[in-house]
Amino acid sequence: MKLVTAVIKPHKWEDVREALETFGVAGMTVSEVSGYGRQKGHTEVYRGAEYDIALVPKIRLEIVVEDADADDIVEIIVKTAQTGRIGDGKVWVQPVDAVVRVRTGDRDESAL
Amino acid sequence: MDYGLQAWMLVSASLVLLMTTPGLALFYGGMSRSKSVLNMMMMSFSAMGVIGIVYVLWGWSMSYGAQDVALLFNNPFETFGLNGISGTGYMGVGFQLTFAVITAALISGAVADRLKFSAWLVFLPLWVTLSYFPLAHMVWGGGFLSGVQNGLADLLFSGDGGAAVAPIDYAGGTVVHINAGVAGLVLALLLGRRLGFGKEPIKPHSLPLTMIGAGLLWFGWFGFNVGSWVPGDLTGDAAGTYWLEETSLVWLNTTVATCAAMMSWLLVEKLRDGKATSLGAASGVVAGLVAITPACGALSPVGSIILGAVAGALCALAVGLKYRFGYDDSLDVVGVHLVGGLVGTIGIGFLALDGGLFYGDGIRQLVVQLAVALFAVLWSAVATLGVGLLVKAVIGLRVTEEDEVAGIDLADHGESAYDLSSTSGSSRRPAVLAESKPVAEGANA
Repeated sequence: MKLVTAVIKPHKWEDVREALETFGVAGMTVSEVSGYGRQKGHTEVYRGAEYDIALVPKIRLEIVVEDADADDIVEIIVKTAQTGRIGDGKVWVQPVDAVVRVRTGDRDESAL
Repeated sequence: MDYGLQAWMLVSASLVLLMTTPGLALFYGGMSRSKSVLNMMMMSFSAMGVIGIVYVLWGWSMSYGAQDVALLFNNPFETFGLNGISGTGYMGVGFQLTFAVITAALISGAVADRLKFSAWLVFLPLWVTLSYFPLAHMVWGGGFLSGVQNGLADLLFSGDGGAAVAPIDYAGGTVVHINAGVAGLVLALLLGRRLGFGKEPIKPHSLPLTMIGAGLLWFGWFGFNVGSWVPGDLTGDAAGTYWLEETSLVWLNTTVATCAAMMSWLLVEKLRDGKATSLGAASGVVAGLVAITPACGALSPVGSIILGAVAGALCALAVGLKYRFGYDDSLDVVGVHLVGGLVGTIGIGFLALDGGLFYGDGIRQLVVQLAVALFAVLWSAVATLGVGLLVKAVIGLRVTEEDEVAGIDLADHGESAYDLSSTSGSSRRPAVLAESKPVAEGANA
């Protein structure tokens, strides 16, 4: 099994979710996160005093999938979330040793 | 005075109360950081609590009465506890009480995040006693800054039994705004800068709260200015007619000066910073209201637009002074209230329909207005310095560095303003509940 983690632009999240659902992904964990990379933050001005706001808001998706699906899912995310401008985000894949469904105690693939 | 006019005064007093709680509390609270918003709002609420009581005990007596002391204040014991006041006399006390409250509450913007709550509670009654009540007496109670014989204006341009040119302060340019602005500056200097001032992003945590507060201030200001008419000896229909004419002008002037100040503040921002901000709009509203306060009965509506526009632009520029000079007037009490109060008080000398330089009436009104403003600045500075140093020596002014970092809400009030997370790790300490005994059967039989 693989853990696919994607950090994407917030306004792209609905499109990505729809595409993944069409593919057959049944669930995921979503968090509002902030960070920065090549895309820097922005400037705010309060009564003439300027502040550099370094962090940019992003959405983080986490999905645990079967090994065979990982590449397809990464491709779907990249294709859907891409705008071609700086700040589109990143996707990465890690191996997962074990998964347990809390309600039933089911393990691994049957817990996905 | 007839019934309708008296009822209007009660409404006016209530409107001014709305300015402090919750208007000013929201205006300042939104500009604070989320870890000190409760303390900021509490400074307004506690000003209501403390000064409401002090005003009834000796505030009214020190401000208004027949036992003047050196034209500076009235005998605090003449009507102590409102002894000798009765019936509709309470109406004037109530109206003036709300003015004393908001003036002191305005100062709190200068001391955000770091003034001990206990120090604030001790500062309040001392400050109104030494600064506010005397200035109210001097300006409105027939004292040194009114047109009275041997008053400041009389010393400048003596007339027949009093000043030839009386100072004009309709609703508190000197007594309220210059006074609060100077006090804020002095307290900010005594307290020192907040940790991280000018380096860390110390920015407003909720501008919608500030916008709501500014809106409530604007609405309440109609009580503040429009309620500040003086009927003189008029009664019956004559009083009613005079009231309608006077308040119609004052209401309109209060409104359009504020419109102009908001737009000129936004224009300065657009030209200087590239963006017109909501904080700028809220601040411009208050700057305009401050400037028109002393002038609202003396100007034409067009004159009020000019005054408001000048005030909005100058205050928008003045809020940057604290970074240049390094004093931490946290929420710009100096930039908005001192500068706006000076613009309004001095602007009367140019724009007053009767006596203004622009209307060909010479410079005497202008000189009188300048002199009165300067005297108010000096009085407030000395009084605030005295009170501030005393409180500092006896109980100290500032919270510890640790408490300031953690937030004064937690340190002084034991609360946090926003509990939006369900995973904050908090747990209820077991309450000591009264032991419940089963009622014995037949106990009541």
